[in-house]
Amino acid sequence: MRRATTLLSTLLVAVTLGVAAPAFAQNPIQADGVNPMGARPTADSVNEEFLFKQDSKIPGRISIPDQKAAILIQPQGREYQAFREGWLPWIGALVILGMIAALGAFFLFRGRIMMEHSQESGKKILRFNAFERFTHWMTASCFIILSLSGLNYIFGKRLLMPLIGPDAFGALAQWAKYSHVYLAWPFMLGVAFMFVLWIKDNIPNKIDWAWIKAGGGFIGKGHPHAARFNAGQKGVFWMVAGFGAAMSVTGLMMIFPFALTDINGMQVMQVVHSVIGIVFIAGILAHIYIGSLGMEGAYDAMGSGKVDLAWARAHHDLWVEQEQARTASGPQLKGHPAPAE
Amino acid sequence: MARMKFLCDADRCIECNACVTACKNEHEVPWGINRRRVVTLNDGKPGERSVSMACMHCTDAPCAAVCPVNCFYTTADAVVLHSKDICIGCGYCFYACPFGAPQYPRVGNFGSRGKMDKCTYCSGGPEPDFSTAEYEKYGSNRLAEGKLPLCAEMCSTKALLAGDGEMIAEIYKQRVIKRGYGSGAWGWKTAYRETVAI
Repeated sequence: MRRATTLLSTLLVAVTLGVAAPAFAQNPIQADGVNPMGARPTADSVNEEFLFKQDSKIPGRISIPDQKAAILIQPQGREYQAFREGWLPWIGALVILGMIAALGAFFLFRGRIMMEHSQESGKKILRFNAFERFTHWMTASCFIILSLSGLNYIFGKRLLMPLIGPDAFGALAQWAKYSHVYLAWPFMLGVAFMFVLWIKDNIPNKIDWAWIKAGGGFIGKGHPHAARFNAGQKGVFWMVAGFGAAMSVTGLMMIFPFALTDINGMQVMQVVHSVIGIVFIAGILAHIYIGSLGMEGAYDAMGSGKVDLAWARAHHDLWVEQEQARTASGPQLKGHPAPAE
Repeated sequence: MARMKFLCDADRCIECNACVTACKNEHEVPWGINRRRVVTLNDGKPGERSVSMACMHCTDAPCAAVCPVNCFYTTADAVVLHSKDICIGCGYCFYACPFGAPQYPRVGNFGSRGKMDKCTYCSGGPEPDFSTAEYEKYGSNRLAEGKLPLCAEMCSTKALLAGDGEMIAEIYKQRVIKRGYGSGAWGWKTAYRETVAI
């Protein structure tokens, strides 16, 4: 009986094998895992090297709603690290300290540019009205705090942290970050106001070219002709407008991260924001110098709003003529705003 | 001391997301924050693979380098940790991180990212081990208990390996030799500037 069972099972196995054998040959997956197309579905897979040849980063599919998490590896983070820790502190230090050194050298060489007296000295002419001055100082005060809190992102850990310790520096940096983010809004408003207020007096023309060729009166004697704003001041205007717009756009992208761009876009925003910010600070340092220490009589324009008529005649002769022609009362322009609105 | 690393054997990962869930539960991670995630590559195409990814605890960590307040530190086990007391939530570490590890809770209407949160390799933070403050800020400290990160410990296919870099590399090497293929140690070149040679 047992022998019969064994015989039967052997027969069954033989029959099964016999039936199965042709079917096995038709199966696309062979014993060694290679299909007729020559591919090995189990063993062959994507790999890092292959994916990096297709793209500079490795994007995939993710089941959580945070789509920026779908990027598996972005080696550009290392490049961003190299820029921020390698290049940026040097660019910042060289540009800003270079500007301070240049202004110091200019002060030693040229000294304070003093007012030249004439019979018109002592009379005043209104140069910037109250709203213009408010707009200027709102933007300026925001700019100073934005500059310091911005530089803190680069130099704080190198200069301030060793002095006051990590905890105090952490608290300070937290407030610096808040001020940077919140004061960005009145700053952007101020830049927009200034642009509207002063653009009509800042269109470049032939007089500017003559002013530049004459060295702006900085070198040698005499004053080239200038309307309300000379070429240098127009340069400051267009710098504030251009850099202000660039800082606003890149800054907004960082206030709303990943709203419009991906990780590499965010890195570019960072690089652009920091480099332009440094150049902007250096440019404004020159503006602060010439508007205060560098030139006698210049500060009054943004201080009281009224400048000495002799100073105005020397520096902005065409503007004074225009003002006097506009008002019958001559140089006494009390209460009348300058043509800026 | 050991040099702690993660290695995800993508030929074993089945995208079950249990590592993600275990991590969230172990550390009571808030809503919207993922210290670990699973990314599927070549989804639906031949050669598809899934990789579980979190902070890789890099050598010369980019996050630590770019941090404007130097809130990062590296432990004796080469685990990259940070102090939430010093962090200002600026977001720079996310731009620098090649693996998208740093996470930020949203605490305000605009520009108000909260303090950064990321994988701690289950080893807490600067506070004393097992303290309430440590648990509330960083989650549990399994390493101080002599245990490895939970994500790797409970991985059902043992795809995710955690431990000393040389040991897990050796385990991975043996697997590749035995089965005859392997898609490589994902992210190792970027994180550690070396890969597992087989």
